[in-house]
Amino acid sequence: MPSTPRTLLEKIWDAHLVCAPEGEQPLIYIDRHLVHEVTSAQAFEGLRLAGRRVRRPEATFATPDHNIPTTDRRLPIADAISRQQIDTLRNNCREFGVRLFDLGDADQGIVHVIGPELGITQPGMTIVCGDSHTATHGALGALAFGIGTSEVEHVLATQTLRQSKPKSFEVRVEGSLHPGITAKDLVLYIIGQLSTEGGTGYVIEYTGPCIRSLGMEERMTVCNMSIEAGARAGMIAPDQITFDYLRGRDYAPRDFEAAVAAWKKLPSDPGARFDRTAIYQGGDVVPQVTWGTNPAQVVGVDATVPDPAAIADASERDSSNRALEYMGLTSGTRISDIALDRVFIGSCTNSRIEDLRAAAKVVQGYSIAPNIHAMVVPGSGRVKRQAELEGLDKVFTAAGFEWREAGCSMCLGMNPDTLSPGQRCASTSNRNFEGRQGKGGRTHLVSPAMAAAAAVAGHFTDIREWRYRS
Amino acid sequence: MKPFVTHTGVVAALDRANVDTDQIIPKQFLKRIERTGFGQFLFFDWRFRPDGSPEPEFELNRPEAAGASILLSRRNFGCGSSREHAPWALADYGFRVVIAPTFADIFYSNCFQNGMLPIRLDEQDVEELFRRTAQATASGGSPYTLRVDLNTCTVADSAGFSKPFEIDAFRRTCLLQGLDNIALTLDHVDSIAAWEAAHGLPPVAAQQP
Repeated sequence: MPSTPRTLLEKIWDAHLVCAPEGEQPLIYIDRHLVHEVTSAQAFEGLRLAGRRVRRPEATFATPDHNIPTTDRRLPIADAISRQQIDTLRNNCREFGVRLFDLGDADQGIVHVIGPELGITQPGMTIVCGDSHTATHGALGALAFGIGTSEVEHVLATQTLRQSKPKSFEVRVEGSLHPGITAKDLVLYIIGQLSTEGGTGYVIEYTGPCIRSLGMEERMTVCNMSIEAGARAGMIAPDQITFDYLRGRDYAPRDFEAAVAAWKKLPSDPGARFDRTAIYQGGDVVPQVTWGTNPAQVVGVDATVPDPAAIADASERDSSNRALEYMGLTSGTRISDIALDRVFIGSCTNSRIEDLRAAAKVVQGYSIAPNIHAMVVPGSGRVKRQAELEGLDKVFTAAGFEWREAGCSMCLGMNPDTLSPGQRCASTSNRNFEGRQGKGGRTHLVSPAMAAAAAVAGHFTDIREWRYRS
Repeated sequence: MKPFVTHTGVVAALDRANVDTDQIIPKQFLKRIERTGFGQFLFFDWRFRPDGSPEPEFELNRPEAAGASILLSRRNFGCGSSREHAPWALADYGFRVVIAPTFADIFYSNCFQNGMLPIRLDEQDVEELFRRTAQATASGGSPYTLRVDLNTCTVADSAGFSKPFEIDAFRRTCLLQGLDNIALTLDHVDSIAAWEAAHGLPPVAAQQP
């Protein structure tokens, strides 16, 4: 008898259900636990106080990324509290037997870049991390989501998590993207359509021909920003692109063909029911630029800053007015007339090799505008070395960009890379919240190519009209 | 964890939608390795002027919000970063309840780990609470106060407002009894070990208590 058609989410959920005791939230098994310095210290301390151990150290991987400087790594970290947080991670990993990709390790990097890159992230897995952008790993067909520090402690101690089964949300993208339009534009467009809480309570599965045509790293960019639409996880069914990406990676399964055979059973069955579905057309997406202080406040580069008076909902209108005031913008201003001070290319959203190639292609043969201070922060040591092998670093530095060491950097400005009050930045990161990149800083989220073009032009410019010199 | 059964407290009205965790506790304060002491940094960029003095216009700095322990806000409260420092900061400042029409998922979960109760009420009920808070302030009388009862799952004032709220039964029990989630899960360690064995993972030596 044929079994009931199931979604990718349901298959992974069912396979990881440890038990669902009467009157309790179900317990699900966690295959991979990724750890960084900012949300783990209190969790390890909790274990220590209770005399508990890490149940599966071999399933736990750590790296410092959030607060570390991106300048010369041979120098000690100047900020004493940052240094203490890094030392604490180091000591905790040593004490509890957790593999640490430390500063100075060739494979150190942003946790959501190194997971897939090392093959730690695999289809069908449950993956958690004390970071909301953990959804990134869903690009490989995993159920991956961010958790709080108490839950980090819970996973360390039990290798499980208490979770109510999330609802499923199919975001289907038909057609294809126009030339010059990137995965970043697509996901910003989707967030703009869904609002910042449209996905709350759901796990999004991105489906459709437009999604299938995306490369592995582009899929990561899409899944990465699921949380900006409120969805704790985003996922894409594994296919040949996924398998080809994983083959030969350090932590990929030894019997790779057997693994692939199992992974091929993961995609949602025909006729599987989603709790909700939204359908978009890839061809509708133009280069996106956020104008406000949340990622759903976004328009096309060919548009103008919107007028809050046109918003019916009172609290959204109030929110938009507040955003315009904070951003120092007036409605009606053309997006391409917005002048910039800073450009940041990096973050777990857009710091992979393909992102850097796309940005370098735009920059090649140009110099950045005199009003701009620009930096490129590769997502990992590996990305950095690969970029240098291809000479991308030279393209960037010749144009006037700074070329940095791997880390989260100015995505959240926990390290010295921050905006000054009033500075306006084109950023390839994921959040344009007030003060996100530095108190008083003004963030506009864009794709790597759009950020690169903005660095050269000194203001936003439509990448579709770019005159490439490469 | 501190149990939560009933709580009566002054309401602070934060009339903003999409209050994100970067606002609740800005990143420059995430470097501490303790769970305590974050209250002084709560809403730091909104609460203080560049010279470090309190911003008198900010909602929590107004006289009517003095001593508040129930925070009232708008849609999608706690969106953004997963940082548990956000509920740590709210709790350390003195809040035990947050009321909003909707919450972001991770923040919502994080509250329960810290003896804090996030309450979802219908948009019009939240609107009514904002109205009543503003009215109490305008009248110059005693500050607006609510009583939250987790046994009966109701939130009420002394002037006729009383609304039920919904909450997951397990989370409610954990809060009412102040249960240690990890200890509770370790009661199921045999199930965990069985799952591991069924998936070809090597056995784990017995956990200490």
